[in-house]
Amino acid sequence: MFYREAGKFRTSYAQDAQIFPLGLDKVMVGALLVFAFLIVPNIASQYWLIALLIPWLIFSLVALGQNILTGYAGQLSLGSAGFMAVGAFACYNFLLRVDGMPFLAAVALSGVCAAAVGIVFGLPSLRIRGLYLAVATLASQFFIVWVLDKFGWFKNYDPSGVITAQPIVILGYLFDSAAEKYVLVAAIVGVLALAAKNMVRSNIGRSWMAVRDMDVAAEVIGFRPMPVKLLAFAISSFYCGVAGALFAFAYLGTVEPSAFNIDMSFRILFMIIIGGVASILGSFLGAAFILLLPIFLSVLFHTVFGNAVDASMLSATELIVFGALIIFFLIVEPHGLARLWQVTKEKLRLWPFPH
Amino acid sequence: MNERKIGGVILSVQNISLAFGGVKALTDISFDVREHEVRAIIGPNGAGKSSMLNVINGVYRAQQGQITYRGQVRKDMDTHQAAEQGIARTFQNIALFKGMTVLDNVMTGRNLKMKSNFLMQALWWGPAQREEMEQRRKAEEIIDFLEIQRIRKTPVSRLPYGLQKRVELARALAAEPKVLLLDEPMAGMNVEEKQDMCRFILSVNEQFGTTIVLIEHDMGVVMDISDRVVVLDYGKKIGDGTPDEVRNNQEVIDAYLGIAH
Amino acid sequence: MSSLQVFAEVLIAGLLTGIMYSLVALGFVLIYKASSVFNFAQGAMVFFAALTLVGIIELGVPFWLALLLTIGVMVLLGMGIEKFVLRPLVNQHEITLLMATIGLTFVIEGLAQLVWGTDVRRIDLGIKDIPIEFIADNTGILVSQLDLFAAVVAGALVATLAVLFSHTKVGRALRAVADDHAAALSVGIPLQRIWGIVWGVAGLVALVAGMLWGARSGVQFALVFVALKALPVLIIGGFTSVPGVIVAGLIVGASEKIAEFYVGPMVGGGIETWFPYVLAILFLLVRPEGLYGEKIIRRV
Repeated sequence: MFYREAGKFRTSYAQDAQIFPLGLDKVMVGALLVFAFLIVPNIASQYWLIALLIPWLIFSLVALGQNILTGYAGQLSLGSAGFMAVGAFACYNFLLRVDGMPFLAAVALSGVCAAAVGIVFGLPSLRIRGLYLAVATLASQFFIVWVLDKFGWFKNYDPSGVITAQPIVILGYLFDSAAEKYVLVAAIVGVLALAAKNMVRSNIGRSWMAVRDMDVAAEVIGFRPMPVKLLAFAISSFYCGVAGALFAFAYLGTVEPSAFNIDMSFRILFMIIIGGVASILGSFLGAAFILLLPIFLSVLFHTVFGNAVDASMLSATELIVFGALIIFFLIVEPHGLARLWQVTKEKLRLWPFPH
Repeated sequence: MNERKIGGVILSVQNISLAFGGVKALTDISFDVREHEVRAIIGPNGAGKSSMLNVINGVYRAQQGQITYRGQVRKDMDTHQAAEQGIARTFQNIALFKGMTVLDNVMTGRNLKMKSNFLMQALWWGPAQREEMEQRRKAEEIIDFLEIQRIRKTPVSRLPYGLQKRVELARALAAEPKVLLLDEPMAGMNVEEKQDMCRFILSVNEQFGTTIVLIEHDMGVVMDISDRVVVLDYGKKIGDGTPDEVRNNQEVIDAYLGIAH
Repeated sequence: MSSLQVFAEVLIAGLLTGIMYSLVALGFVLIYKASSVFNFAQGAMVFFAALTLVGIIELGVPFWLALLLTIGVMVLLGMGIEKFVLRPLVNQHEITLLMATIGLTFVIEGLAQLVWGTDVRRIDLGIKDIPIEFIADNTGILVSQLDLFAAVVAGALVATLAVLFSHTKVGRALRAVADDHAAALSVGIPLQRIWGIVWGVAGLVALVAGMLWGARSGVQFALVFVALKALPVLIIGGFTSVPGVIVAGLIVGASEKIAEFYVGPMVGGGIETWFPYVLAILFLLVRPEGLYGEKIIRRV
């Protein structure tokens, strides 16, 4: 009875096009933002910040990138982790080689580098589609990681092979506590998520969805496939690149290619399948799910089986549950958690009436 | 009858031949279309009508012949060039974007009128936002015109066939085309839906002056609303003239009755 | 040793590896031909098959019985997949099915790890991985016995399946099903039984592939990545062609080894990890349907 639309008339198109048209929605989102930025950094434990919140935000960002490319533009890509790697290494190298490079500028430029690489590896999408394109993106994944690994220049010829990420300094202020890193990551991810939402509901988003749904008809309307697809690759890779930089600098603390392997690419794909393809919210939900599941399983096993469970059995079970859940979601709710959330909201609008 | 002024030739196809591998879809077709008229293309199934439309707007490339559009002679056109030049179309099997709502589909038709780039859209900044609202207003005019306001937020995949066809027409109209190619716009509709569709097509022609080229099987409709008719059979042109002239053409009658000739 | 001899050795090693890739890719082709499903889990099936065989043998079961049991397991696995994963998703977009098989990959990998553990196992087929004396003595080129045996077996299997497909009633039925499910049903082809057969055969192929690869490099998790290599083979050969898969496998195997051998040392090695994929992209740009695949004409 609180979540009502009746009686709320929109008198302009601008009102209709808002992201959160219902008054209650606006209040809730406002409260969420206050909570996220002001309260959480002060009350959350180190564990929560470092092991849960920061990686969740970073992976939500990658999932957004993946969703833009695969969910909205329909280009199946298995190479997101590769673009993350480009971002991470680009950031490291910008900070290393350019004196006085501001951190945020380095992150932005890393995104641009990843976007450029994304455009190059997106070129095949102009001639190939579907399954074939997915395999072509595998090429980008393997090739990028190989290049970053083999050519010592990227690692500044460091003999140990593991580079430590530089500290994050913005306008003289050092971001090194978990809470500080969290706020930084949250701010960046928040801004980019808003940008993504704006793009998706504008002409660019429609151009992606048109090409995804029926590219011949899209062309007939006047969408040129090349700019549309390449822009999707570019923007998606930008997001992945920024996420990669944040992953290395605000989470891992090291910059290494092996972290960005094919396994991670698969996980990112799973995030959008489970969270909901073509959904901004779904990217966040899916990332949370994929991150939390291993922890949940681990806790479950230890409570039920005590210490009789060894690590390999646990990881094996994790694999099985992951895979089974993917299949389950695809069969039962192909639009993922985001759709479940939408259905819940719709039921809330009617509550307490049944229909 | 209406008192539109039918203008000069806006589109003409000359000696178009199209083949797929060994199959000859079109052989040496020539006809013209005058501005502001309603031109029907008719013929038995498999005559090559859809292929003809596809050649006009660039979906297929003809092996021979040329197209003259608005004074420019060209061998062929890219589909998006055709769109930029003011040609819009609907498809026989409905080519709506299934993942989007009615409103979004119609908005895609406004694509060519949009000028802001992705950065401005990402920021939802002044000019981008104003442009989006302006285009929304234009799209809503079309939605009003075709009386589909109630379903504007419905995903198109959930609509019944007849309404989907109407939405596809809306999307084509949203581009404010000079020439509208309609591929069997009334296929699969009942009598009432057909009457509505006829009404809309005629309104488009009268109010906006849009030149209409349509493929249609319902002879009643064709005779009623067309100014001139082209008849195709087995990829060849066997008739060209006013509905009355064509109706009395023996070759056309034979083709429809299946008499070999 | 002359450079020609060296080249011949590298080439032959590559070709032999290539046939092995073809064998893995064959499983993909079979399933795709019959059900238009791209079974990403084929690699995991290879791994699982090999692991099951070795595991059963380690329990003390004699080789031939173990082989039969494993075949049974694979057939059951295949039928289970068809029933629980494919049937519920039968009319979905091919991307959805692809993602389901990716999920399946994880399930099978996890299952293998859970049941059989993570140790590396060896399969002993009675043939050693040593150079064939006859060839070594006469030409100075080293060709591994095991490699050659594997290639012959793989080649024979591929050839048999190719013939079966084109000349038998079941083969024709399979092709009909691949073309159009509804039409095949309407002429009385028992769809589910056909799919059962196909997945069973794919399981069998996976087992042979698993045995051969396992004998060569041990049964370990890395086997799953070999399967990923089969993807470029499929692209180059065309997803639906059995002869295409052979030719493409040879191309991929040979080119990858040659590139690694000659260009590898200049850049620190590891070219094999990405070369076949890049090759596949180049192929796709020139011939999007692969060497022998069917040209897709899109009608509007």
